[in-house]
Amino acid sequence: MEQIANWALDTAVARGASYADARVVELRQRELSTKNGQVGTLLESESLGIGIRVIADGAWGFASTDRLARKTVEACAAEAVAIARASALAKKQDVVLAPEQAYVDTWQNPYIKDPFRIPVERQIELLLAADAEMRRVPGVTLAEGSMLFRRIEQFFASTLGSRIHQVKLQSGAGIVATSFADGEIQRRSYPNSFGGQHALAGYELVESFDLVGQAPRIAEEAVALHKAEPCPEGVRTILLDSSQLALQIHESIGHPIELDRVLGQEANFAGMSFLTLDQLNRLQYGSEIVNVVADARLVHGQGLGTFGYDDEGVPAQCTEIIRNGLFTGYLTSRETAAAIGAARSGGTMRAESWNRLPIIRMTNVSLLPGTWKLDELIADTDDGIWMETNHSWSIDDRRHHFQFSTEIAWEIRGGRKVRMLKNPSYSGLTTEFWNSCDAICAREHWTLWGTPNCGKGQPMQTMGTGHGAAPARFRNVRVGIAFSK
Amino acid sequence: MPGAPSGGRLPSASHPEEMTIRRQRRSQASRRARRRRAGPAVAAAHLLPQAELERIAEQVFRASDADETEVLIEAVTDALTRFANNTIHQNVAEQAVHVSVRTVYDGRTARAATNRTDAESLRRVAAASSALARVQPKHPDLLPMPGPQRYRTVQRFFPATAAATPEDRARAVLQVLRMIERHRQTAAGILATGCSQMALANSRGLFASHQQTRAEFSITVLEPDSSGWQKANTPDLAALDPLALAERASQKAAAARAPRELEPGRYTVVLEPSAALDLLGFLFYDFAGTAVLDQRSCLNERLGKPIFGRNISLWDDVYHPLQTGAPFDGEGIPRQKVLLVDRGVPCNLVYARHTARKMNARPTGHALPLPSELGEAPVNLVWAGGDTSLEAMIASTERGILVTRLWYIREVDPYEKILTGMTRDGTFLIENGRLVCGIRNFRFNQSLIEMLANVEQLGPAVRAAGEESFEMVVPAMKVANFHFTEVTKF
Repeated sequence: MEQIANWALDTAVARGASYADARVVELRQRELSTKNGQVGTLLESESLGIGIRVIADGAWGFASTDRLARKTVEACAAEAVAIARASALAKKQDVVLAPEQAYVDTWQNPYIKDPFRIPVERQIELLLAADAEMRRVPGVTLAEGSMLFRRIEQFFASTLGSRIHQVKLQSGAGIVATSFADGEIQRRSYPNSFGGQHALAGYELVESFDLVGQAPRIAEEAVALHKAEPCPEGVRTILLDSSQLALQIHESIGHPIELDRVLGQEANFAGMSFLTLDQLNRLQYGSEIVNVVADARLVHGQGLGTFGYDDEGVPAQCTEIIRNGLFTGYLTSRETAAAIGAARSGGTMRAESWNRLPIIRMTNVSLLPGTWKLDELIADTDDGIWMETNHSWSIDDRRHHFQFSTEIAWEIRGGRKVRMLKNPSYSGLTTEFWNSCDAICAREHWTLWGTPNCGKGQPMQTMGTGHGAAPARFRNVRVGIAFSK
Repeated sequence: MPGAPSGGRLPSASHPEEMTIRRQRRSQASRRARRRRAGPAVAAAHLLPQAELERIAEQVFRASDADETEVLIEAVTDALTRFANNTIHQNVAEQAVHVSVRTVYDGRTARAATNRTDAESLRRVAAASSALARVQPKHPDLLPMPGPQRYRTVQRFFPATAAATPEDRARAVLQVLRMIERHRQTAAGILATGCSQMALANSRGLFASHQQTRAEFSITVLEPDSSGWQKANTPDLAALDPLALAERASQKAAAARAPRELEPGRYTVVLEPSAALDLLGFLFYDFAGTAVLDQRSCLNERLGKPIFGRNISLWDDVYHPLQTGAPFDGEGIPRQKVLLVDRGVPCNLVYARHTARKMNARPTGHALPLPSELGEAPVNLVWAGGDTSLEAMIASTERGILVTRLWYIREVDPYEKILTGMTRDGTFLIENGRLVCGIRNFRFNQSLIEMLANVEQLGPAVRAAGEESFEMVVPAMKVANFHFTEVTKF
């Protein structure tokens, strides 16, 4: 890999690039799915290629190829330089990067069991066993399961002198029970919706889920939802489980703190942000118990936003985003850090694969744990609604107004869960919502959730992000409007 | 696409006449471009020659000892020039090949894929597919692979588009940015060009191939308190008019200045084609036979019933002149034109071969590559249009909302098909038949089934591009009682 990267850098410099970096990436992926007792998708794939990013004439160019002979790599590097020179036709000023050191290093996330060494028939067997448990429950009309494993090996080299080799191993799995009855589709997912839970871990993560043991519960809940009362409409106290709160963090904190959005670079697609530069260290983003970090370091956990170095060679860091409710930090790159006068990038640039340009992505944007035990929090709630497992999510293009719905809810009366509710939803404005947070559960209830499907950029890139959260309580939240007539 | 509000008159690129003119213009321009450039010789450099496609397939067949073997080869060359803050800030190109191999052993099947095409890599990918397939349980629905098929020709490859250079894109963007700066506005967007190729071969002698080009432009024009947006996508760069799209987005941004805040509620809306597209796109999989079998389609217990208005008809038709894509499905079966909704009545579904057998229907050529739990999908949707211009829709509206674009649409209820999302980049109040002002963006929670029963007027169907759905042929729609539930801060 190093030799290939060097061909690219040498050519870029020879062609006049003032800066260049190259990533040789080899991706291996295994996807499995089952449905109603049969195997659905069964795919193993591999992909190897190089992405070359250059600055020439003060502007950016990027080219990528999967043809890794010396001649084609050099041609690709030359193309990147030609593209940069074309970019310069419409430049306002030269690209400036915040300073960074050169690193020569290797990094790999820890894991116990390599999922690619687990026989695929064992993995299918597990999904089919969970599938059978779900279908054993009368009323379940569709049982589905899936697993996804990825091994991403990357060699990064830059003209700064960095030579960084990283290997990331990612695992994930989930099951879903769906019930159609009386003109209504209800579903329950475990351990999370939209593909389950994913982390930078080995197959031991999947084994820890106990998919077979949990399958009957979610199947019964999916069926029971048909007879549950609809979630009422009104302004209520809500409690969110940690997986739903993770997505709330993703949408209403993670995206608005991306500095490329703030600076208008994503205005045409992903949108912009209400967190204009004047808000930094001034905006009371949340209540005083709200503390949020963006932490890519392994010490934070093995999330989908964990790495040794980002894709422009900046070491993993922890950035304080919200301290005691005050907005204190953005997600930055070398270019955007320089644009706001920061001394250094926060190290958040990542690319989907070799054929995509690194852009600012969430690392592990996490709400730090509070102090409550979950049973004590419920006991402390006189009148509230506990909402669990995301069903839908939507937020405006500046990240003010959001609406979420969850798969299931329970009404809390007098400190107890008293009845199941179907079709729960809530909506609000970002800063009002986070300022209404009055309780966060403790570390023992905290989970680092993986969101494997975050879309951003043009061309679109899908990226995994991490979000740690413990259940939390929010006051005076609008509930139920999604189903209002 | 229809667009910029200008004293109630909206210059429209969506009329059939204009599309005809554009087609004529683009073929003239293509001829000019072919004369100017090396043409096919340049374009051919981006694609794998037929002999190379055959070599890959043959090497895989030789390496496989399966009962049946299928090879899917995809190649793409794509480039995208991205601008923001009136400068090019990202500019990328990619070249990639993808070879995937499906093997079948005694009713068991699996797929493996690689992006390497040397003999050893092809041998390994065949072996990987074999190793996966052999350990599967038998799949009771698996059918023998189809033999050779005959396909209708579709011409969707424009050599000048494939040959577009970074300089071509940069100069086109520069022209747009100069115009935007003259208007003292700020723009962000993309101009992309590329070509792709797909070939499908199996050991029963089936061979199908397709190649096409693409050109896409989208732009968001920003003012301090307003914005406007336009987007178009076509196989032919010469048919794309970035300057006209930018001008329309610019006019929208200007007209939307100082937006008013309205109370949420039920309004008559005029949905421009892109806005209609991004809603209607959420229906496509409901027309899959497998979705109905799995009881997750909103058409469960509704097929044959008049659930939409009589002005709503829908086809899947890959051969439509405004459509793109290959004339064969994931198994190599020729795609058929299928009437899905006939005057308000969902009447047909699309079927892969195995789904058709289970549902006592005929295959329609819409299979996804196997193995897949999803079965099939219609991906070339064509909605029936009408003859009401956007201007006429506005003129006939006493009080309503003109919607340019929708954003972050998600499904809240899969059976009633309630969708939520936001308006974005050009939302206007209509009063007494005229556009009055821009308004702050609304959140909607709207059942698609209810919406398609409330369509009062339809514009001519055009090829529309959005961000939530793949491109379709869609008309502008005037819809009564559209449900806006909340309003945001801008």
